[in-house]
Amino acid sequence: MPSPEQWTRPEPGAGPAATAAEPTPEQVIAGLRATTEGGAELTQLLTPEGERIPSAMFDPYVTDVDAEALRGLYRDMVLVRRADREANAMQRQGQLGIWVPLLGQEAAQVGSGRALQARDMAFPSYREHGVAYTRGVDFRELLGIFRCTDHGGWDFQRHGFHPYTIVIGNQVLNAAGYAMGQKFEGKVGDDDNAEATICYFGDGATSQGDVHEGFVWAAVYDAPLVFFCQNNQWAISEPTERQSRLPLYQRARGYGFPGLRVDGNDVLGCLAVTRWALDECRRGNGPVLIEAFTYRMDAHTTTDDPSRYRLSDELEVWKHKDPIERVRVHLARSGGADQTFFDDVDAEADRFAAELRDFCFNMPDPPPERLFENVYSEPSPVLDAQREEYLSYLAGFGAGEH
Amino acid sequence: MAAPVKSTVDTAMSSVQNLTIGKALNLGLRRAMEADSKVIVMGEDVGKLGGVFRITDGLQKDFGEHRVLDTPLAESGIIGTAVGLAVRGFRPVCEIQFEGFIFPGFDQISSQLAKLHYRTQGKVKVPVVIRVPYGGGIGAVEHHSESPESLFAHTPGLRVVSCSNPVDAYWMLQQAITCDDPVLFFEPKRLYHSGALKAAVDTTATPEPLFASRVLRQGGVDAAATLVTYGPSVKVCLDAATAAAEEGKSLEVIDLRTLSPLDLEPVFESVRRTGRLVAVSEASSESSLTSEIAARVQQECFYSLEAPVLRVTGFDTPYPPSKLEEHFLPDLDRVLHAVDRALAW
Ligand SMILES: Cc1ncc(C[n+]2csc(CCOP(=O)(O)OP(=O)(O)O)c2C)c(N)n1
Ligand SMILES: [Mg+2]
Repeated sequence: MPSPEQWTRPEPGAGPAATAAEPTPEQVIAGLRATTEGGAELTQLLTPEGERIPSAMFDPYVTDVDAEALRGLYRDMVLVRRADREANAMQRQGQLGIWVPLLGQEAAQVGSGRALQARDMAFPSYREHGVAYTRGVDFRELLGIFRCTDHGGWDFQRHGFHPYTIVIGNQVLNAAGYAMGQKFEGKVGDDDNAEATICYFGDGATSQGDVHEGFVWAAVYDAPLVFFCQNNQWAISEPTERQSRLPLYQRARGYGFPGLRVDGNDVLGCLAVTRWALDECRRGNGPVLIEAFTYRMDAHTTTDDPSRYRLSDELEVWKHKDPIERVRVHLARSGGADQTFFDDVDAEADRFAAELRDFCFNMPDPPPERLFENVYSEPSPVLDAQREEYLSYLAGFGAGEH
Repeated sequence: MAAPVKSTVDTAMSSVQNLTIGKALNLGLRRAMEADSKVIVMGEDVGKLGGVFRITDGLQKDFGEHRVLDTPLAESGIIGTAVGLAVRGFRPVCEIQFEGFIFPGFDQISSQLAKLHYRTQGKVKVPVVIRVPYGGGIGAVEHHSESPESLFAHTPGLRVVSCSNPVDAYWMLQQAITCDDPVLFFEPKRLYHSGALKAAVDTTATPEPLFASRVLRQGGVDAAATLVTYGPSVKVCLDAATAAAEEGKSLEVIDLRTLSPLDLEPVFESVRRTGRLVAVSEASSESSLTSEIAARVQQECFYSLEAPVLRVTGFDTPYPPSKLEEHFLPDLDRVLHAVDRALAW
């Protein structure tokens, strides 16, 4: 789907570019607007007010989403948010070394995650706890990374959910390779076994060479890969304008595949658009870039202090676009759910969080010998010797040598 | 009755400031930017935020967005453009957010930054400084605690240094910026804000040369062994020497400061007296700086050695989940254990 180019600055032919560091007042205003409004090409099926907007292109992808299914998506988002808040609190209490909050990105993650089939594969970055949940990865299995007891240990193949990747952009090339493999093995086509891959990354990540190379590779090999960019407006302290002149979804055109922007706070929109994109990929029309236009409502991580670089007004604006609230309003207004349902979900979320908390407080520390395991696929004589020497050194303390 | 002597030191104007390593680096950067308008700072989040460790705090406010650049998120971009800026006459100081994120820029470092001077018969200079917070002990997630300095020391054309205290932090950074060669500047991140390491930095003093190691603790005539180290492990070794002294063992401690070129003459001199050397580093041992030190010392001090050169380092594994890092990182006990082994040889 070709899209007209939208230049945030400058207009082509409008004279020399203002230096990146010194935007004009008009550009500042344009930039502000661009970061709170998704623009004319934003796909949205559910407005912030909970109103359902018809879409000729994407409605066919959510015909099965009745009131019950919508209640399911609502429940997913409430549970994910509750777990996220609990983890954030546990970091404050010293139970986790760090937490990477997803607050505000529930719809982008649950909507896109629920669009996947069991045989599809997802490559996350480090904030995709909501996607993990939709892939059947227990929230408790994520905690090890943040409690610093392991680097992640869920069953990657069974869940179709790759390890978290912290080095910005790395996973995009890995996902391109995986999707190339799906294609090479004949898993792209019209039959029911067709597969696709989805890869998550942020607005900041779009500057990394790995991401650009991922675009090139996926395009050249027609890989069944959905690039799912959550533009949460910030890369730590840097706004998206530090990374791009064009809206991010419009970059796809330069690589020769479709790119579109969806309201990342609209779970129905994210579900529909991602289902469409995965279908395109499965049928051999990949790759596709989706920019989910959303907002990081909390700090970058628990070690970050956003008051140093952004105004709280911005957060207040985005609160009106809350991903959960609009579904609640829609369900309530349309008679799709009553108060008992909402109360039940809240109660379930409390239990979900309590279990998580209980689990976290009781997580054992790994034993020192763990350090030496799995460096290679076979035992290593060098590491065996280092382990034995270190363990006997440690044992010396027990014997009171020191 | 003599009038009380009026202090000549006006505290507000004093050239002596009591600083942490982090604050000393900040002041050093500030001085370098004041001294030369071609010095620019570039990296991720170095502007408004002042860097995730606040080392560039306040610089963008005072020097403007043209001299303190919040760059797009790409390390190859940061370093590659710094090379071009240097060719154009600037002196870029790049910040890599954590050492684990330098690798997207490794190609630019190894292929261009390190080689341009050589490839052009000295016609092109690339005075780029790359500041790299490194080392463990901060309870972080993956890629935030590593010690990759040997990879760079192994690369001809690069100079590699590491500071271990506020005075060095202040001076070495400015010296690195005035150096006409590319310098990898490794900063011991867990000590950035250590109040215990705060020291009086005299900004009017004459600094020691940049590419020189320094004996931090003399062992005296009866010195039992030499400890050689750098960066975050310097404090560990000084603490170990203090503990050993309480047991009647005198240890010499040498801070390498410069990792490439290595300045090992003071190490040789010390080992010739003590006969024993323990090299300490958080980096894995295989093919590392500590391997290089061991090789050179056995070559230069063969007849003086009473024991093989021993090493206390990280293990030859990836950096572990940080709940296990206390086992991975050299600590006082492991250093003293190695000293005991050397003495019992
Ligand atoms: C290669 C690399 N450089 C720097 C970092 C440090 N870092 C972690 S997250 C981040 C910002 C990422 O922003 P974005 O891609 O928008 O994702 P978000 O965190 O907003 O989800 C940075 C600079 C990193 N993890 N990897
Ligand atoms: Mg972002």
